Amino acid sequence: MKITGLRKTLFSRATLRAVIALSVFLVLWEIGSQSKQWLGFTVPWIGQVPAPTAVLKAWVELLSDPGYWQSWYMSTLRVLAGFFAAMLIGIPLGLFMAVNRTFNGLAFPSFEILRPIPPLAWVPASIIFWPTQELSIAFVTFLGAFFTVVINVLGGAKSIDVRFFQSAQSMGSSQWDVFRRVVLPATLPSIVVGSAVGMGITWEVVVAAEMISGGGGGGGSGGGLGFFIWNSYVGGSYEQIVVGMISIGIAGFACSELLRTLGGYFTPWLKKR
Amino acid sequence: MSAVLQRSAMSEKVALQGAIRIEDVVKIYDPEGAAVMAVDHCSLDIPAGEICMIVGPSGCGKTTLLNAIAGFHSITSGKIYLDDKLLCGPGKPMAEPGSDRIVVFQNGALFPWKTNLENVAFGPLMQGKMGKKEIYEKARSMMADAGLSGTEHNYPGEVSSGLRRRVEIVRALMNNPKVLLFDEPYRALDSLTKSVMHEALLEIYYKNKVTIFFITHDLEEAIFLGHRLVIMTSRPCKPKKILDIDIPHPRDYSVLTSPRFRELMDETIEVVHEEAKKAFAAGEKEG
Repeated sequence: MKITGLRKTLFSRATLRAVIALSVFLVLWEIGSQSKQWLGFTVPWIGQVPAPTAVLKAWVELLSDPGYWQSWYMSTLRVLAGFFAAMLIGIPLGLFMAVNRTFNGLAFPSFEILRPIPPLAWVPASIIFWPTQELSIAFVTFLGAFFTVVINVLGGAKSIDVRFFQSAQSMGSSQWDVFRRVVLPATLPSIVVGSAVGMGITWEVVVAAEMISGGGGGGGSGGGLGFFIWNSYVGGSYEQIVVGMISIGIAGFACSELLRTLGGYFTPWLKKR
Repeated sequence: MSAVLQRSAMSEKVALQGAIRIEDVVKIYDPEGAAVMAVDHCSLDIPAGEICMIVGPSGCGKTTLLNAIAGFHSITSGKIYLDDKLLCGPGKPMAEPGSDRIVVFQNGALFPWKTNLENVAFGPLMQGKMGKKEIYEKARSMMADAGLSGTEHNYPGEVSSGLRRRVEIVRALMNNPKVLLFDEPYRALDSLTKSVMHEALLEIYYKNKVTIFFITHDLEEAIFLGHRLVIMTSRPCKPKKILDIDIPHPRDYSVLTSPRFRELMDETIEVVHEEAKKAFAAGEKEG
């Protein structure tokens, strides 16, 4: 049963399309960077980009380099730290703002002023304010997800239909029951969306923060993928730049996929629509 | 013989509890500002176990009345009693919502994140008067009675809108309410589904005698289901014409083609149309 399911996914039309698209992309890229032109037209930048085969070669070499894996590990750690901190603080804050009008009145204006500030604009300030570089990177990463999570939770909780509250009350629910059995599940889809979007932003932010701050302690090996890319640029290894970029793509995709799966598990009623 | 007996038992409104008395109720929205009068000195007595159909133009204030009984909105003056208990009145503008009065909403209010069975079991679980096992047993058997076997573990979003409404009525009945308050529950259904739902509702009613306060636009629906028909004026709302529907219960869809049904339609359609026109004209003025 399970095996046929896996086989179905592997040989499905969607997989086939994905494979074809990726292959075509790689072939065009290879041709472009080898011949420095496409269909007879010289393209200024394509010749500068290392060919996929060269990237692959560099990648294979890197696979046995502990520094490369250390970069993965550091970035993932920072993303997870920032992301979970954002969830841990953001979800209750959003819910409380939705439920309590007084608190919302107090908190919302400051929140809305801070929200449009791009996380990267916080980098200098957080380097100054936080005692270690590691903490400042984690903080900036946290900010990336935090505002998105809060605004999604708040919006989701506020748009719950009043009928749900009324019927829960009629059937004898206490305030706590209403919160636990109506507000929380009704907000779950927004929490899932907010966390998925937040996770994406976290990867964007962590890499940029690592580039700017020089990647924290531990010298070259503690830098994370952002620093890895920057370091490769400085060292002139263009193949490694591309490896770093693709690594981030894969990491972000894996995280989103994981969240989608988890989200589906937590909101089973949305599945079969 | 037994069929006759059963028939007469069914046709009587045998519920002992659930009489609603609406006394001189006034509701003014935004009394210090726009002061919109939604309900104007409305009085209405609904005996226990009656299906009372409320018909009126849209926006006339009938939902306001329903919300006052349910305890979702306050009233400005007047009194509403359930049996001898004062729900709301002087010094207590808003009734408390309670499981003795359950609303079946216009667009349905089943919790989409709970399965049908969990929805049906929700009220008793909240009230904690029975054990969990007992509650689920009762929920299953009531769902089976309403022809909902097999949908217990579906989410409401996975079944048809007709089934959803039925689940919602069963969920309401699980609370042993004295009164069911229907706010145009079948408005969005197509006419075929509607006719099935009407018969299903009557069937459920014959098994569980409760008072039914049923708001609708649909005159045909009102005459088919009700013991009594209350036609409301356009805003502010109060009864304009009250009519006993003397077609004996239990009814089925053959009633629709009976001469008496046609007569009752003829008798009422003029009044309803007149109020609808007034409401339309008022709406145009406001616009």
